[in-house]
Amino acid sequence: MSETTENVDTVEITVNGRAVMARKGEMVIAATDRAGEHIPRFCYHPRMSPVGMCRQCLVEIDTGRGPMLQPSCMVPVAPGMVVDTESPTTKRAQEGILELLLANHPLDCPVCDKGGECPLQDQAFSHGPGESRYVEEKRHYEKPIDISALVKLDRERCILCDRCTRFADEVAGDALIHFVERGNATQVMTYPDEPFSSHFSGNTVQICPVGALTATPYRFKARPWDLEQADSTCTTCSVGCRTSVHSSRDRVLRFQGVDDDNVNWGWLCDRGRFNFESIHAESRLADPLIRTAEGLVATDWSSAMSITADLVRSALERSGPSSIAILGGARGTNEDAWAWAALADALGVTRRDAQLDDGLPVGVLGFERATIEDAARAATVVLLGPDLKEELPILHLRLRHAAVEGRTRILEFSPTGSGLTKHAWRSVRTPVGAAAATVAATLADAEVAAQLGSGPVVIVAGRHDLASSGDQVMAAVQAVLRAVPTATVLPALRRGNVVGALNAGCRPDGAGNDARSILVDAAEGRIEVLFLLGADPLADVPDADLARRALQGARRVVSLDGHGCASTMVAADVVLPAAVMAEKSGTTTNLEGRVSTVSHKVTVHGTARPDWMVAVELALALGHDLGVGSLEDITGRLASGGAALGAIWAPSIAVGEPVTVESVAPSGYDYRLVVSRVLYDGAVSTSNSASLAPLTAGPGVSMHPLDMERLGVVDGDVVTVTAGRGGVELPVCADDRLDRGVVWVPFGQGGGDPRELISGGAVTDVSIARVS
Amino acid sequence: MARFNETNLATAHEIIARYPRPKSALIPLLHLAQEQDGYVTDEAMRQIADLVGVTPAEVIGTGSFYEMFRFEPTGRYLINICGTMSCALLGASDLLHAAERTLGIHAGGTTADGMFTLHQAECQAACTEAPCLQVNYRYRFRMTPDGVEQLIDDLRAGRLDDEIPPHGTLARVRQHIPADRGVGAVDPDAVDGPPAWIPVTVEGAGS
Ligand code: SF4
Ligand code: SF4
Ligand code: FES
Ligand code: FES
Repeated sequence: MSETTENVDTVEITVNGRAVMARKGEMVIAATDRAGEHIPRFCYHPRMSPVGMCRQCLVEIDTGRGPMLQPSCMVPVAPGMVVDTESPTTKRAQEGILELLLANHPLDCPVCDKGGECPLQDQAFSHGPGESRYVEEKRHYEKPIDISALVKLDRERCILCDRCTRFADEVAGDALIHFVERGNATQVMTYPDEPFSSHFSGNTVQICPVGALTATPYRFKARPWDLEQADSTCTTCSVGCRTSVHSSRDRVLRFQGVDDDNVNWGWLCDRGRFNFESIHAESRLADPLIRTAEGLVATDWSSAMSITADLVRSALERSGPSSIAILGGARGTNEDAWAWAALADALGVTRRDAQLDDGLPVGVLGFERATIEDAARAATVVLLGPDLKEELPILHLRLRHAAVEGRTRILEFSPTGSGLTKHAWRSVRTPVGAAAATVAATLADAEVAAQLGSGPVVIVAGRHDLASSGDQVMAAVQAVLRAVPTATVLPALRRGNVVGALNAGCRPDGAGNDARSILVDAAEGRIEVLFLLGADPLADVPDADLARRALQGARRVVSLDGHGCASTMVAADVVLPAAVMAEKSGTTTNLEGRVSTVSHKVTVHGTARPDWMVAVELALALGHDLGVGSLEDITGRLASGGAALGAIWAPSIAVGEPVTVESVAPSGYDYRLVVSRVLYDGAVSTSNSASLAPLTAGPGVSMHPLDMERLGVVDGDVVTVTAGRGGVELPVCADDRLDRGVVWVPFGQGGGDPRELISGGAVTDVSIARVS
Repeated sequence: MARFNETNLATAHEIIARYPRPKSALIPLLHLAQEQDGYVTDEAMRQIADLVGVTPAEVIGTGSFYEMFRFEPTGRYLINICGTMSCALLGASDLLHAAERTLGIHAGGTTADGMFTLHQAECQAACTEAPCLQVNYRYRFRMTPDGVEQLIDDLRAGRLDDEIPPHGTLARVRQHIPADRGVGAVDPDAVDGPPAWIPVTVEGAGS
């Protein structure tokens, strides 16, 4: 379905008397679309398989046996085919279908969210008969019903086009909605008590050709003709899906997916789609704050900036640049990161890291890079990553599609399994702490080796487990590269612009400067000023105790923050309110290195400023001119360094020494802990979005049923999980996908926090006891 | 008794094994569930979903397409009284009223003792024998109101047990396919020989 023009066989057909070159195998409707002849349609969607449900696309097609009415979305082009999209017969057929579709339609356009952008409304005007002969009572259903926390269904409006149900089954792989009953009673429905809680449910709202599916966060907020739109990029995770930001009266009201061949194919995950609510959350910081005896009090920018400059100046004088550290930057734009890196360069500060000890060593960006498209076309994808469905959802969809189509075989290494496990060619349960050895042993298998030799190999590498070190993943990547030196690497890092921030210079220069060593130094009192750029160590650093000690131990903490996160409120001495997504323009870089734009759509909250502006001003206050006076200046600088719009930006970053990971000796504890992220956690943009915050599943620990039997506990019982340092209480649940001896705890679910168990070792072992 | 009992679970596995793809066993398993409980319970649909590897929504979506699957508690005897043209002209409504009176329920209802569910049905393709009805899909032709009363009486007293098994029963003797005649869990794309049920001696087969 992707757009490769070279070497595609073409077929010549005639459309309305005009010769048109069509692509071999494509449907008539796709060819006429490209030829600029519009055929009305409801069920056809270019990213899903055709089903011919609605019959609206009937046109007269002559394949040599005379013109016949045929659904143009179901008929592949053939040489010499003659298509007439405007004949009187075609027109009568299309009018007839519309009259039928409207026979049961409630026509409540004035109170329908879709009114104004509704294909049914539009096509009733353009291709409808104008009047109906039906006088009978219409079908009635309760309106609307909740099919999930985010989506409502009005069955009276539904025209049974099968788009939502097809999407759920074919694209998302969550067939939680389906047609039930038949004939006049046919309706879209979930199973009783089993809501449509797919990570991708919002897409069905966007593709529903009528107002049958509406999204709770947007219902009755605006009329389409009142919306202003700007194309942008989702910066929630590093997939970087293209979006359109819709606002009215200076408030962002929704995000819609924009089809980008290389990245998201028009889809968005629900987290990225609905976290716009956080832009206008009550927790947004409006003014700079400084900490006094009374706590944080509001001040103005000039005081806050001069205090910050003083702090930096005295730190430099007293202890030199190594006493200053910058954490974060991955939530901003490339321009933001560039400006902070330039400021750091000017001051001689080398201690900076856009990751919070929760990603991979920055050397992962030094490998030969793969794109998403490379991965989706590779013969083999070696998955050394996180659960993509939870962390990089649209990348999950792209790889799932590749696997389901039979194009790509997925060889997964995971201690727990993932959303892609059921589509994997092989899924190897990988003992935590022995990933590289398991990878090497698996790759030595003759059948695996043959598969790897059969075509391009892409390694998707990310941090699945926050309770073991990122070095383990690097060692596993190197193990694959030893076996397949031509393999390329797609770094599955998580935060929105993490690759851009690392590329732009917010990266540690040598291991002694990474987030962990910065935090250790801070905890030991060697950091005078710690800058947090949209970073929340208290919530995100896997080692909770280290984060607490670091924020206490750093002499001064300056936080540039949009929402007043935990670290800001607890530890910052100076708080500078930052502009967030849709409040600033610039560019962002996704995990492939692809540079795209983000758009400024609404006025910033209060006096908030973009990060880059703060850096430039702070530099001036400290006597350094960064040589840029506007966003465009910085974008220009970046472009000349390879970060041009649309380009894959890959500055040279050293891979680093091959990592060798010691095999881990048994610890005397019974279980090995795996902690990984799920879609909805305590992340700022999630927890500050009213519709998403309730979707966090809550804390818990999963273990093998036989291990539960041994402990004498059943689902829902509370157990104490203890590591060397401390213990937390969590409810337990059975999961037979886990190996025995492995327990899994989701990250950021509130309650008993697994981060209390993690102390930055190679692995984390725990013992578990039932609370009697 | 909502999930499959042990015997039926074994049968379910046997049925699944007959098909190249587990999903193909969906409808036979719905029948099995209905045979066990007289209707298809929510729990059974969840279990079937697990057994054949689809979602419960897909199970109810497929099952609800078919009229003969019932998803609410259903009497031991499901009485469908035809209400379409031929039967209507020849007194079908009298039959329905007689049944309603005798059973003390309205069409669509089930008696409190769980013995009878009464329905008005569309044409049952026996118009020449109108008015007609079916009990668990067994015909009664040219019925009269008295006949209906008599029928209900006979059913209650168990006088028709031999002829009319409880609702949901597909067959009193279940057929078992000998292993050598089953296709089994073979991927259709992976089969290169002739189908298992065509003897290879047949001329032309396999060429
Ligand atoms: S709800 Fe919308 S997308 Fe789904 S079948 Fe109905 S009209 Fe189509
Ligand atoms: S996959 Fe990532 S980039 Fe795409 S919509 Fe979701 S959060 Fe945003
Ligand atoms: S668009 Fe072709 S049948 Fe619906
Ligand atoms: S009308 Fe009653 S069987 Fe046909």
